[in-house]
Amino acid sequence: MGTVSDDTHRTTPSAAASVRPPAADRVPGPRGAHVAWLSVAPAEITRPASGEAPEAVSEPDVPWVTVVHNDPVNLMSYVTYVFQSYFGYPKEKARKLMMDVHHKGRAVVSSGTREEMERDVQAMHGYGLWATLQQDR
Amino acid sequence: MAGLFQPAAGVPGGATVALDEVEISILRSLAVQLLELIGPGPGADETGGEQDPLAALMADGPTEPPSDPALARLFPDAYGGPGAEGDDRTREAAAEFRRYTENDLRARKREDGLAVVRGLDSLAPAGEGGAVLTLAPEQSRQWLGALNDLRLAIGARLEITDDEDGDELYALPDGDPRKPMVMAYLWLGALQESLVETLAP
Repeated sequence: MGTVSDDTHRTTPSAAASVRPPAADRVPGPRGAHVAWLSVAPAEITRPASGEAPEAVSEPDVPWVTVVHNDPVNLMSYVTYVFQSYFGYPKEKARKLMMDVHHKGRAVVSSGTREEMERDVQAMHGYGLWATLQQDR
Repeated sequence: MAGLFQPAAGVPGGATVALDEVEISILRSLAVQLLELIGPGPGADETGGEQDPLAALMADGPTEPPSDPALARLFPDAYGGPGAEGDDRTREAAAEFRRYTENDLRARKREDGLAVVRGLDSLAPAGEGGAVLTLAPEQSRQWLGALNDLRLAIGARLEITDDEDGDELYALPDGDPRKPMVMAYLWLGALQESLVETLAP
């Protein structure tokens, strides 16, 4: 995970910095047209449900977990903040999980049904954390 | 310290920072580039104008991860990852998850980036071209997200893949072509760190 050194605080960055891709990347274009005829049924039907994928029925008793992976960019303070504010974990638990991610490369941050873990993973991606879900075997 | 976020007096849970003209210009430029990187939503018309909310709701997202490493880091696979089996079932689950969630995720990141641009555009000049930016708590959360996404994108451009790479960046010689981006990356990190501190529960 990244850290911030004190002597960078007053650094003046240059306007030459750019995050533009080196080459044209896939940009999602309008995709609505070809699915619009499908259904106007309630939204739940089109949500990702565990019943849709064939692997969902395997080992139903084994819980699913959300795993957060280490990356060198996310700040330790930010990762702790995310665990506190999204999961509502106390600061100590959030810090310990963050340190596990940092030192062990990964940590299980929540467990539950597949649907719950998909929500958690989506939320982690929203915050910019690198997360996956898997069955806890 | 000047140039870093502090708790805002008079705005409970808010944050404030003094920015000079150059900082405002660079932040805005980077946020706009982030928006360009994320791309328009599925309901945008061909001229990039108003979005059709119905089309946006009905649209499926992509099933393949982005080929650009910066986008791939912003929109990672939900199944698989390091140490996991990369079998067909995992890939299928990742594709399905992406189809139903990536558009929402892009929309969120777009909103966060827009919040930064709007916040900077609303600034009233205060002495020597600088200004004082004050964020309400919800804006702080959006700025935090956008600052983090920017650092992820720049980190991917700089090919920072392990913790040692990050340390190396501090020691780059002045002539190195990566230097301007590294300076921006470190500065954004300091800004983000100070903003987290104002929000930490």
